[in-house]
Amino acid sequence: MSALARASATQTRRLPGEKPHLSERAKAERRLGWLLSAPSVAVLLLVAAYPILNAAYLSLFDYRLTDPGTRAFIWFKNYRVILTDNIWWSDLGTTLLITVVTVTAEFAIGFAFAMVMNKTFVGRGAIRTAILVPYAIITVVAAYAWQYAFANNTGFVDHWLGTNLDWFGARWSALFVICLSEIWKTTPFVALLLLAGLAQVPGSLKEAAVVDGASWWQRLLRVTLPNMQGAIMVALLFRTVDAFRIFDNPFVMTGGSNGTETVSILAYRQTIGRTEIGLGSAMSILLFLGVSLICFIFIKLLRTDVGRVTDS
Amino acid sequence: MTAISIKHVSKRYGDFVAVDDVNLEIADGEFMVLVGPSGSGKSTLLRMIVGLEDISDGDLLFGDQRVNDRAPRDRDLAMVFQDYALYPHLTVYENIAFPLRLHKVAGDEVDKRVRSVADRLELTEFLDRKPANLSGGQRQRVAMGRAVIRDAHAFLFDEPLSNLDAKLRVQVRTQIARLQNQLGTTTVYVTHDQVEAMTLGDRVALLRRGVLQQVGSPRDLYAKPSNLFVAGFMGSPPMNLLPAEIRPDHLSSPFGDIPFDAARLPASLAGKDVVIVGIRPEQLVDASLLDDDQRGRGARLKGRIDVLEWLGNEQLAYLPFKAPDAIHQQLTDLQKELDSESDQTQLIVALPDASKAHEGAEIELWLDPGDLHLFDPATTENVTLGQKATG
Amino acid sequence: MGVGAIAIVVWALAPVVWIVSLSFKQGDDIDNQQFWPTHWSLENYKTVFQTDLFTSALRNSLGISLITTVISVVVAMFAAYAVSRLEFPGKRYVLISALAVSVFPAISIATPLFNLWRSIGLYDTWVGLIIPYLALTLPLAMWTLTSFFRQIPRDLELAAQVDGATTWQAFRRILVPLAAPGVFTTAILAFFVAWNDFVFGITLTSTDRARPVPAALAFFSGASQFQQPTAAIAAASVVVTIPVVVLVMLFQRRIVAGLTNGAVKG
Repeated sequence: MSALARASATQTRRLPGEKPHLSERAKAERRLGWLLSAPSVAVLLLVAAYPILNAAYLSLFDYRLTDPGTRAFIWFKNYRVILTDNIWWSDLGTTLLITVVTVTAEFAIGFAFAMVMNKTFVGRGAIRTAILVPYAIITVVAAYAWQYAFANNTGFVDHWLGTNLDWFGARWSALFVICLSEIWKTTPFVALLLLAGLAQVPGSLKEAAVVDGASWWQRLLRVTLPNMQGAIMVALLFRTVDAFRIFDNPFVMTGGSNGTETVSILAYRQTIGRTEIGLGSAMSILLFLGVSLICFIFIKLLRTDVGRVTDS
Repeated sequence: MTAISIKHVSKRYGDFVAVDDVNLEIADGEFMVLVGPSGSGKSTLLRMIVGLEDISDGDLLFGDQRVNDRAPRDRDLAMVFQDYALYPHLTVYENIAFPLRLHKVAGDEVDKRVRSVADRLELTEFLDRKPANLSGGQRQRVAMGRAVIRDAHAFLFDEPLSNLDAKLRVQVRTQIARLQNQLGTTTVYVTHDQVEAMTLGDRVALLRRGVLQQVGSPRDLYAKPSNLFVAGFMGSPPMNLLPAEIRPDHLSSPFGDIPFDAARLPASLAGKDVVIVGIRPEQLVDASLLDDDQRGRGARLKGRIDVLEWLGNEQLAYLPFKAPDAIHQQLTDLQKELDSESDQTQLIVALPDASKAHEGAEIELWLDPGDLHLFDPATTENVTLGQKATG
Repeated sequence: MGVGAIAIVVWALAPVVWIVSLSFKQGDDIDNQQFWPTHWSLENYKTVFQTDLFTSALRNSLGISLITTVISVVVAMFAAYAVSRLEFPGKRYVLISALAVSVFPAISIATPLFNLWRSIGLYDTWVGLIIPYLALTLPLAMWTLTSFFRQIPRDLELAAQVDGATTWQAFRRILVPLAAPGVFTTAILAFFVAWNDFVFGITLTSTDRARPVPAALAFFSGASQFQQPTAAIAAASVVVTIPVVVLVMLFQRRIVAGLTNGAVKG
């Protein structure tokens, strides 16, 4: 080791036997930090953690609200019932289908929107206002709008297309409209996120690619998208989780009938419709686990960097 | 106006020692520059003086009052931050007036003082603007205005010029010097730029990895560096550091032999083979420009010029050389620490415009062995200092 | 690109225009299968405002959403200040827990509460809704506020301290004015989320004592027994969409900033 290196190695020595000691100021800062964060964490625990734990507890019971006398502890029988029932799997399939279709469409269309908005300078404010409306509008209102548009009697779609379909009477046409409504509502949000990510790609990178002779498509694939990867993955994670939890649109449009029921609606039906608290709670827990699995896949397996949000 | 005493001050973050047992006395009215590469602890030291960091060990005194435990607000210091920290929602006027408003100074008094400061710093026409509408140099001046208006005991500057472009830097540098001259306030100025250190400071304190290397006037650090680090840090282009083998009557360098009486070497070097020789670029002379008489009286070196840069008033010649492995490692390590990008050892010579040197050609260089600094490779100390003082 | 821009605007507003158009259709016009009404009429709006169901739903939504928003923003503000400015162990987990709660399925919270609220008397009450609404709005508020606070340079408060400010003075004169726009935007975003809720609304209420608008829409009936509620629902929908559109028009820049702040590295 050179003399300089040796000399510098002694700079970071620890004084023997000394514990890192905190000054009064640092201690006070810690206390204040905990004090200020405590209300938030407490509220979160109360309004979210507690109900989930409660649901987990209730899921172990055979409990029908309208017949409380027969409430009984049955371990995991509810789960077995659910997981061996065709309806559960069919609904899960429906949910996953909707998830895949809507998320894919939202990102494809959203990206196109983002690129348009990126190049638009005049009237940017107007466009932003316009696309915020679907984001801000109540989902139920959107559901009614789309429903009435496609409804046989009140709607104009059949008239325009010259068809006479009972859109909500069959599974695939109903799912089509549900997905349309969902895509319409959330694409703007995705577009905004992607636009922000797009704006972050340094112009100099794109210019360097142009000079190197890359075509528009190549620039998109090799320069723009890779540099947006972080933002895209985070947006994907949240949209996927949201889509998996879908409730409002199918509930309003079809009530979940004709093969359009999603797992959220199923859980609702059990708990509120049939007042099967035990079963409904078990489904809630399964739903919760499903969402957790999605998060796990994204964060651990696909290495989505959520740290960008949580860390300084 | 106060003197600042830093006695055995250290700062630790867990195991990491950011500032290690620094002792520094800053006299009342003195302009003291804390200089060093990144990570040297200079900013940490400054923040301890102002109170934004706690002092792990040691004492900080203003005059004869120990202020370790005082909050920044009670230390009566003014600070100019690296990014100026101007309040974006306030106008220039209100930014400068802010300290006064905190102390509930009366409206017309505030107005008088703000306008006087603005006038001094040529900010009068910007008083109604917000910081976002100002250029870098103007923001700088507003930050100084906010510091100056308080009549504080001392001014602290944390790398205030690093966000400015080169030309602006020179202008603002002179403004700061002028301001300090006029006000006579004790000033502590942190920078990584040795040019700022040399031009602004009454005295300069060079820090490296939290350890104080040397304190003195800029001239002291330049002409009498106490170790390899100080020698390599001060001066641009930096001092040349050559390995030289010790022989009974000369030092054998990669460019030739330098007559030197080994008996004059201090005892600490006894029995060693190699010493590091330091010579400044301007101390090497193009031998062809000297007359025979002068040429005969010094040492002569020969080398091949790899790159020659013409700068108008002078030329810089770069002569690469090979050093023995151990020394090579040491020298490149030092270069890295001084934030240099170079990966090869080379001799830099400052030649006058008149020199007929050209790239690729051999050149004969003359030097006065009395100008040499000798550094012990093991301790990195400058062993010629004592002799220079007397010789 | 002008075409693209127009396409986006048409896409975004077409369904809204449709529902507005529907709301102006009267009587049998509903079935005219046209986009536009043959006669424009305000009769649906009259019907809707005369319906207790709707007016009380409106009152419920407004009250519950506003209260939820205020609580979320205030509580989140403290946490956001702590996370963005102070060092303390477990800091990371504050935001991670917010993130975690934001992915909880609403129905998973609603089902146990359905049972619980009935036993402790919070069923069909404002409080019974405000509490789960916080699960929707608080994480968002914490997230958004933290990213807004992080954008305010820390040096500013330090500079204020050096200038002689007490912690309170630095807070009041520097942090508050700079944080105000962010707090305001967060409130708007939180309000949108609360205003939008459907799951909790239909699960935890049974009368118009606490039923919010989205849930109430599902219970609408028309002006008479024989008429479909379509037009009435359309009118009601327009009424509840107006505040949303107004807010969006006034604050679109801020809203976009708030939405995209935390999601993209800033």
